[in-house]
Amino acid sequence: MSLLRVEELHVEVDGKPILAGIDLEVDAGEVHAVMGPNGSGKSTFANVLAGRPGYDVVRGSMRVDGEDVTELAPEERSLRGLFLAFQYPIEIPGVSNMEFLKAAVDAHALGRGEDPPSAIDFVRHAREAASRLELNPDFLKRGVNDGFSGGEKKRNEILQMLILEPRLAVLDETDSGLDIDALQVVANGINAFRGDGNAVVLVTHYQRLLNYVVPDHVHVLADGRIVHSGDRSLALELEERGYGWLGA
Amino acid sequence: MSERSNELTDLVGEEHAATGHDYAAGFVTEIDTDTLPPGLDEDVVRAISAKKAEPAWMTEWRLDAFRRWQEMPTPRWAHVQFPDIDFQGISYFSAPKGDAPKSLDEVDPELLRTYEKLGIPLHERARLAGVEAEDEEAPQVAVDAVFDSVSVATTFKERLAEAGVVFCSMSEAIQEHPELVRKYLGSVVPKPDNFYAALNSAVFSDGSFVYVPKNTRCPMELSTYFRINAENTGQFERTLIIADEGAYVSYLEGCTAPMRDDNQLHAAVVELVALEDAEIKYSTVQNWYPGDAEGNGGIYNFVTKRGTCLGDRSKISWTQVETGSAITWKYPSVMLRGADSVGEFYSVALTRNFQQADTGTKMTHIGPRTKSTIVSKGISAGRSQNSYRGRVRMNPGAKGARNYTQCDSLLIGDTCGAHTFPYIESKLSTAVVEHEATTSKVSDEQLFLCQQRGIDPEKAVAMIVNGFCRDVFRTLPMEFAVEAAKLLEVSLEGAVG
Repeated sequence: MSLLRVEELHVEVDGKPILAGIDLEVDAGEVHAVMGPNGSGKSTFANVLAGRPGYDVVRGSMRVDGEDVTELAPEERSLRGLFLAFQYPIEIPGVSNMEFLKAAVDAHALGRGEDPPSAIDFVRHAREAASRLELNPDFLKRGVNDGFSGGEKKRNEILQMLILEPRLAVLDETDSGLDIDALQVVANGINAFRGDGNAVVLVTHYQRLLNYVVPDHVHVLADGRIVHSGDRSLALELEERGYGWLGA
Repeated sequence: MSERSNELTDLVGEEHAATGHDYAAGFVTEIDTDTLPPGLDEDVVRAISAKKAEPAWMTEWRLDAFRRWQEMPTPRWAHVQFPDIDFQGISYFSAPKGDAPKSLDEVDPELLRTYEKLGIPLHERARLAGVEAEDEEAPQVAVDAVFDSVSVATTFKERLAEAGVVFCSMSEAIQEHPELVRKYLGSVVPKPDNFYAALNSAVFSDGSFVYVPKNTRCPMELSTYFRINAENTGQFERTLIIADEGAYVSYLEGCTAPMRDDNQLHAAVVELVALEDAEIKYSTVQNWYPGDAEGNGGIYNFVTKRGTCLGDRSKISWTQVETGSAITWKYPSVMLRGADSVGEFYSVALTRNFQQADTGTKMTHIGPRTKSTIVSKGISAGRSQNSYRGRVRMNPGAKGARNYTQCDSLLIGDTCGAHTFPYIESKLSTAVVEHEATTSKVSDEQLFLCQQRGIDPEKAVAMIVNGFCRDVFRTLPMEFAVEAAKLLEVSLEGAVG
C-alpha cells in the first residue's frame, strides 16, 4: 500500500480551477520532487494535501496509508502523520517555540493514545534536534517565528519536522530564500529525517536543493497537471533547458 | 464576514455558551439569609450601619455620602450601553443568617462547601486551587471570604498577627481599628468622587482591611474571595489596604457569581495607601458571571480602585485579569505623590458574546521623578466591545516624571470592537510620556499553522491569546498566573470538553 495516494485531484480556489486532475503515488522510503514554473499549482498541491481552508477539492481523493483524508480537518491529517513545511511561516508572538512544539508533541501523543512526554524528555529531544540544525538553544525560547530571519524561519520548519517525525513531510519551497550554508544545513536535516518508514515530497522551483537531497522521483507540474515524471536526471535537465520544452 | 471568521467566532462559543456550561462558578448556594427588602433611603443606610453595630461617626459618614449621592447624575461617558438601573429595586444587604462566626469552626458547612467548590479552601491546611497540596514549598495564602454583604471567614489571622499584620473584614476593622479606618477611609477615594463611589460609601457592607506595620514584609499572600449569591442584591464591598513605611504586601482578589437572567450590580471601592518605601501589589482575577450568549444577565461591575503613593519611593502595582461581568467599568489608578514613587498597571481584559468592558487606569504624577508603566491587553471576541481608557497626567511639580504606556488589542472574528481612548495631560514640558498601541487579529494563518501541527483550534486560540497576554501574566503571583491562564482558556472554549 502506498504511503500517499492522490487520485484525480481537482482543486478550485474561489471558483477558479487550479489543479486539474493530479495522480501521484508515494511509497515509504521515497523522496519525490514536485517541480514546475510559477503558477503551475505546486503550492496549491502542497497546501491542499495539508487541508488548508480556502482550497476546495471538487473531485478526486487523497489517501494516507490507505485512509481517505480528503475530508479530514488539518489537525486530523497532522495526527495521521502528514506534515507541511510552510513556504511563508507565520509568527505567533508571545508563544515560545518550546511551548508551541510541546503542544504539538502532546497532541500527537494523545492522538496515539499515549501519555505526553515528560517536560525533561521533551526538552532534551528538542535541544538535540535544534543542535542538528545548528540552532542555538535560545532559539527554542523565542516566540514562534517572531523576529526570525528568513533562513531561521525555514530552519524552524525543519526543526518541527524532526521533532514531530511525520510519516509524510511535504516541504513547500523550503529552499527559497536560503543562502548556500543554510541550504546545506536544511538539506542535512531532511537527509537525517529520511528513512524507510517515511516519505518526503519536495515542492520546489529550482533544482539546487536536489543536489543535496537526492530525489527518487521528479515530477513536473504544469497548468495543474503532472505533465512529466522521471528520475533525478529530469531535474538536471530542467535546470539546463527550463520548463519550456515540456510544453509547460 | 468570511466563512473562516465565522468558524473562528463559533469557536469562542457564540452558540455553545448559550447553555452556560462554561461558567463553572454559576451555581447557587441554598442558605437562609437575612436580607433587607429592596429600596434605598436614609433608613436603609441606618439599618445597614445598625446591623454592623457601627459607631455613630461611621453612620454619619454613610449618611453624608448618601446625601451627596442623591445630588449626583448617573455617569454616561463610558463606551458601554445598558438600561437605567432601578436603584430602588435592589436589596442593599444580604447575609447568611445567624451570628457572625467567631472562628473557622463556626462557619456554616454549606458555605465552606461553596468555597471548596470554587477552589478556595477556608481551612488553613490547604492551599489555593492550582497549587498541589503536597508541595510543601508552595506559598500559603490567607483568605478573607466575602459572601454577599458579609465576610464569612478569614484564615491565618493568628499567624499574620504574630507579624503584626492586620487582615480582617472591614466590619471588624471599624470596631477594632477605628483610628486607622477614620484616618484613611475615603482619603484616596473621597465620598463624592463619582456616582458609584458615593453609593458605595453610603451602603458598603463588607470587604477586607489590611494594615502592614513599618518595615514588615507580609509573610504570606493575602487574598479576598468575593461571592455574590443572593438574587436581586447588589454587592458593595469596601477594601482598604495600608502599607506603613518600608512595608510590603501582595494582595489577590477573586470573584464569582451565580448565573441569573437579571443583571446584578457590583459597585466596590478599593483604596490603597503606601507610605514611604512601602510597596503594595494588588492582583485581581475577575470572573463575575458574564451573562449568556444572547447578552441576558450578568454582573455590572462598576468599581473604583485607586491607590496613593503617599511616601517617597513607594510603589503600587495593579494587575488585573478581567474575563467576567456583563459590563466592566473600572480604572485602577495611582496618585503618585511621593518623590520617586512608582505606579504600575498591567491588565488583560477579555470580552466575548455581548460583554462590554471599558477599563484602564489613571496615573497622576504629582511628585518629582515619579514613574508609571501601563501595559494593557484587550481581547475581543463575539459581538463584544472592549475599550481601553487611560489618563496620564503630569502635574507641574512632577519634574523628571516618566510614563510608558503600551496598549495592545487582539480581535477574534470580525463582529467585535476594540477601542483605545488615551488621554495625556501634561503641565510640564520636561515630562516623558511614551505611548505605543497595536491592534492585531488571531489570523487564519496562525490557526492553520497550529492545526497543521496537530493542535486543535480551541487549544490553538487559547495558546495564541495566552502568548498575547504574556507580559501581564508574568506580573501575577505564580499560582494566580496558572489560574488566570486556565480561566482564559475556559472563557475562550465556549463549550468545555
